[in-house]
Amino acid sequence: MSADDVDSNATTDLRDPVAEQAAAQHDVTMTASGPRPRAASPATPDHPESVHLTKVGHLGDTIFRGSAWTAAIILVALVAFVGIFLLVTAIPSLMQNQENFLTSTRWDIGNPATGGTLAFGIAGLLWTTVLSSIVAMMVAVPIAVGTALLITQYLRPKVGSTIGFLVDLLAAVPSIVFGLWGAKLFGPSLAPLYGWIRDTFGWIPLFGPGVDSTSNVLTASLVLAIMILPIITAVSRDVFAQTPRDHIEAALALGATKWEMIRTAVIPYGRSGVVAASMLGLGRALGETVAVMIILSQVNDTSINVSLFAGGETFASKIANNAAEFDSPAKTGAYIAAGLVLFLVTFAVNAAARIVVDRRRVK
Amino acid sequence: MTVATEARRQLQGAGGRRQATDQIVRVLVYLAAAVALTPLVWILASVIMQGIGQIITIEWWTQDLSGVTDRSAGGGALAAIVGTLTIGLITGLIAVPIGVLGAVFLIEYGRGTKAARVVSFMVDILSGVPSIVAALFVYALIITTLGGNRSTFAASFALVLLMLPTVLRSTEEMLKLVPDSLREASYALGVSKWKTILMVVIPTAFSGIATGVVLGLARVMGETAPLLILVAYAQNLNLSPTVDTMATLPTLINRARNVAETLPGYERVWGAALTLILIVMGLNLLARWIARASRLKER
Repeated sequence: MSADDVDSNATTDLRDPVAEQAAAQHDVTMTASGPRPRAASPATPDHPESVHLTKVGHLGDTIFRGSAWTAAIILVALVAFVGIFLLVTAIPSLMQNQENFLTSTRWDIGNPATGGTLAFGIAGLLWTTVLSSIVAMMVAVPIAVGTALLITQYLRPKVGSTIGFLVDLLAAVPSIVFGLWGAKLFGPSLAPLYGWIRDTFGWIPLFGPGVDSTSNVLTASLVLAIMILPIITAVSRDVFAQTPRDHIEAALALGATKWEMIRTAVIPYGRSGVVAASMLGLGRALGETVAVMIILSQVNDTSINVSLFAGGETFASKIANNAAEFDSPAKTGAYIAAGLVLFLVTFAVNAAARIVVDRRRVK
Repeated sequence: MTVATEARRQLQGAGGRRQATDQIVRVLVYLAAAVALTPLVWILASVIMQGIGQIITIEWWTQDLSGVTDRSAGGGALAAIVGTLTIGLITGLIAVPIGVLGAVFLIEYGRGTKAARVVSFMVDILSGVPSIVAALFVYALIITTLGGNRSTFAASFALVLLMLPTVLRSTEEMLKLVPDSLREASYALGVSKWKTILMVVIPTAFSGIATGVVLGLARVMGETAPLLILVAYAQNLNLSPTVDTMATLPTLINRARNVAETLPGYERVWGAALTLILIVMGLNLLARWIARASRLKER
């Protein structure tokens, strides 16, 4: 397996075309645009025309530097604005809220200005969101790590990158199609399995009674797991492929089998990368909207049901389901408050993933 | 039995167990890949089988759904296809300049500075912002605060947030790989910095930028959540981005999925899903092809 044939540098799910070609372009850029600098006229101080040219150059530099800075400021401002505007819009509704926002599971949204009640709390949404995402991550990580090991350690580079490409292609399926497939085809096909789990493990609260259909948290989790597979696989593949050659060969020279080599050389080297990848996947799962909205059936009883077979709503699906309710600032504010919590949770998860990556880079 | 043969027997026993573990793991990793690829095959096969009947008709590509009810067959997805492409176009027009300039800032102006680290961190955060949160932000900004209406523009604005990180990161990756000797050669010839970036650095990195743009478009065209919140669904063709109703493929699917499965209107779900997959996967393959073609050319 030669190092440059391995798909490396895939830091996000679909980035590797860039990385592949970037690697190739590295050594040819000189020839690719060699003639271009010659076309521009060199400036000499004693030539009056060139003085003029230099001035234009300065103006151009100022403008270009200015626009690059502007773009950078826009980027920073956007993220800050997301937090600020969500907070500012949510505050009036939070002030009028008759329930405890963090601990209540009630969701009665009316417009107080016209005599409605405004009583909402996120506990139920938080439970469903976190449960479905963590189950999704627990299902996805072993499959993704196994696939990444197969691609980097077992297959020839050509075959491996084909499998990698197919897994990446999974990320190109729109989330609404995942939702459709999960609700209409995948979920119903799991009914016998669910029945068996309920009959056998029903005494465990996690597998207790829930909704009758297969539109439950477990189906949503499994579809989420499939949706986050590509990113976890791509990042794991990237770190596994970077395992130092001499670690691998040292392990093999000591008589290790392939698995022992992987356990002693590849996995210790890639562990932090896999942790970061899992958190990126978790962040995606927490915020996934439409697939969960289509799959998960809403229930009237908003109190927390710990079962994986329960229905319910996540932050994202609650907001998307009720887009039609955004008719007064007070009602909208309640949903925006829920969105703000989702933003903060995903922010924390992604920032943690980033810190893990940075620490790894330092090491 | 001598000591030597006993030792060999034990060693072989241990070796057998080690070999067995090795084989079990081998089977497991192959199994993992099989499990990972099954959904792709399943989704593609079922969407193609149920959607192909719709999209091979000419009406699907040339007619909208005005006057067509869920109970009647006929009509097509023209309005939704045009809507999806329009939103993608507007989003791209806003996101590409900001994304490319942001990458230029990170590599050419701010390299190694604190400002660049802050921007880079923010881009990471932006790439993790859920689409529904981006949609709520735009709602809070444009509709609640500024008193605007739902519109195609508002939806595009939310999608810009989702497209920016993709464009910026792939541009940045390529700019990083442009060798400094190239920039120095240009400066040595008296070319100013902005001309060097515009005429030397960016053309060298062009295929990477193109790949990022196409991948970014693929991502935003498949998004649904911002469209649900920021633009109302319409059955008919609409070419003005400032009107508040616009059909798109994801919202067409979202509307038609609730139709009873026996009615002709329900079949449009799969037609629209297949069309959307064709567009999004087509863009992904195009990105890969751009990357590969530029690599082959340069070899």
